[in-house]
Amino acid sequence: MSVLVVLEQRGGKWNRTSFEALAAGQKIGQALATPVTAAVLGSNIDSLATEAAAFDIQKVFAIDDAALEQYTPDGYAAALEQLIQASTPKVVVFPHTYQVRDYAPKLATRFRKSLVSDVVDLKTVSGGLSYVRQLFQGKLNADIPAEGDLQFVSIQAGAFRAAEPASATNPIEQFRVKLDPSAIRSKPEAPYREAQRSVDLGAAPVIVSVGRGIKEKENLPVVEALANALGAELAASRPICDNGWLPMERQVGSSGQTVSPKVYFAVGISGAIQHLVGMKGSKTVVAINKDENAPIFETADYGIVGDLFEVVPALVEEIQKTKA
Amino acid sequence: MKIIVSVKQVPARDSSLRVDAQGKWLEEADLTYEMNEPDAYALEEALQLKEKLGGEVVVLCAGPQRAAQTIREALAKGADRAIHIEWEERAAPDALTTAQLLANAVKPESPDFILTGLQSDDLGYGQTGVVLAELLGFAHATIVMEVEPQGDAVRVKRELEDGWFQHVSLPLPVVLTIQSGIKKLRYATLMGIKKAKTKEVKTIPASQLGIDLNSGLVMERIYLPTRSKKTQIFSGEPKQAAHQLVEKLKFEARVI
Repeated sequence: MSVLVVLEQRGGKWNRTSFEALAAGQKIGQALATPVTAAVLGSNIDSLATEAAAFDIQKVFAIDDAALEQYTPDGYAAALEQLIQASTPKVVVFPHTYQVRDYAPKLATRFRKSLVSDVVDLKTVSGGLSYVRQLFQGKLNADIPAEGDLQFVSIQAGAFRAAEPASATNPIEQFRVKLDPSAIRSKPEAPYREAQRSVDLGAAPVIVSVGRGIKEKENLPVVEALANALGAELAASRPICDNGWLPMERQVGSSGQTVSPKVYFAVGISGAIQHLVGMKGSKTVVAINKDENAPIFETADYGIVGDLFEVVPALVEEIQKTKA
Repeated sequence: MKIIVSVKQVPARDSSLRVDAQGKWLEEADLTYEMNEPDAYALEEALQLKEKLGGEVVVLCAGPQRAAQTIREALAKGADRAIHIEWEERAAPDALTTAQLLANAVKPESPDFILTGLQSDDLGYGQTGVVLAELLGFAHATIVMEVEPQGDAVRVKRELEDGWFQHVSLPLPVVLTIQSGIKKLRYATLMGIKKAKTKEVKTIPASQLGIDLNSGLVMERIYLPTRSKKTQIFSGEPKQAAHQLVEKLKFEARVI
């Protein structure tokens, strides 16, 4: 029995959320009094496996195969299926990345299990372990008891402090898999970035970001006035850019830019996790939202619960007074 | 081409979410419902695929009787017919259970494409499409931004993290989970709404599909998250709240 943490790399570089998943895996291991192992998949991954072996774990499984050079759901699911069958872990832990969302449900289905996706916390209630995950874009939480002989869990970015290497040299087991390249159905092309961004929100000291609460494109001048008064860059949550009200390059969140300004104003943004991961690094967060239960208030330092169409103009006036 | 689009009815985004006395689900009397937004984009993509390739678009929906309204909406927008997997009880099945129902209902249809949203706005497991593909033995791609049919294959543009993208080619039949915002959504026309009333909706009781709705993950308790961070909230008149906030930003946070 063990906890198996699947670490993620692309092109020889770690996805850093892997180490947050590892930290969660270590906590699960403590709760279940069971050792923690880690797996790394790819082609020519010796140095990654060595790095992983420095963490506080029992051992690393290195699955090194030419068929895993590029990520495919068929390849990854087949490789990990074989590792799980051979090493019989009780809990398999992943970082909740886009890649994991693509293959982990498929892998879990092979064992007729459901992945407990997007876990934000662990709870130990009367000796039993529960996974805490979010519902309704973070507005509610649910406790899901850790039941069954084999569990699959993915850990949300930012929910656990990343594990630090313990400068150990734990054993590395080269785990050989049998992969039939002709059974890999998807043919991936090289990943790419779209044309160079002309707006670098990452460098902006002040950002005013707008969400669904703005209701219509015609209302954008309300927040533009705030951005102007503050000398701030204007940004947005995904739905605003999806609607074409602001260009995609102004989107903050998991699929857009990651920002860490001195002040971040979230105006009419409820605070779905996809948005929060993009702005969590902000020094000070100000939220303006009509719903007092909006998850954005969990991240905010200062908040005004109210109608943005009343609050924002009042704020602009106050700022202008201060600056006058 | 036979194109299935799998849609879910979810509580509307601005619903007030009140947890019921048992802490198991929401007070349903408070809720209004709508089509899950990512599924609305999957429907749009399905309709445009049909316009390009010919064939039919079949709506697939699992849910209680009230979901019929969401099915009608999809038919009014141009889907040809529908399959409604109906359950009686109050249920929030997990992704595997839902996908098993969908797989059993859709198998006899032998579709070329199955499209669905990348996740639901309520439970948010983000897995149903992928699990469905595995159960049916279809290839799949998730978080799809563009769909380019190529005979008996399809090339899609997938969104990766941090502004990266990737094209992937897959053989048909295929399941694609669609990202929101990929196309502009159409409205139902008056004619469409009228026509929808005569379109075929085949209702299959969930109990006939041989899947236990209550198997799988159990939500022992649902609740409002407790705030771990001390947020200073300014209430009262907007003018007064704005004044207090600016004072704090100036003298406490020292950021303006």
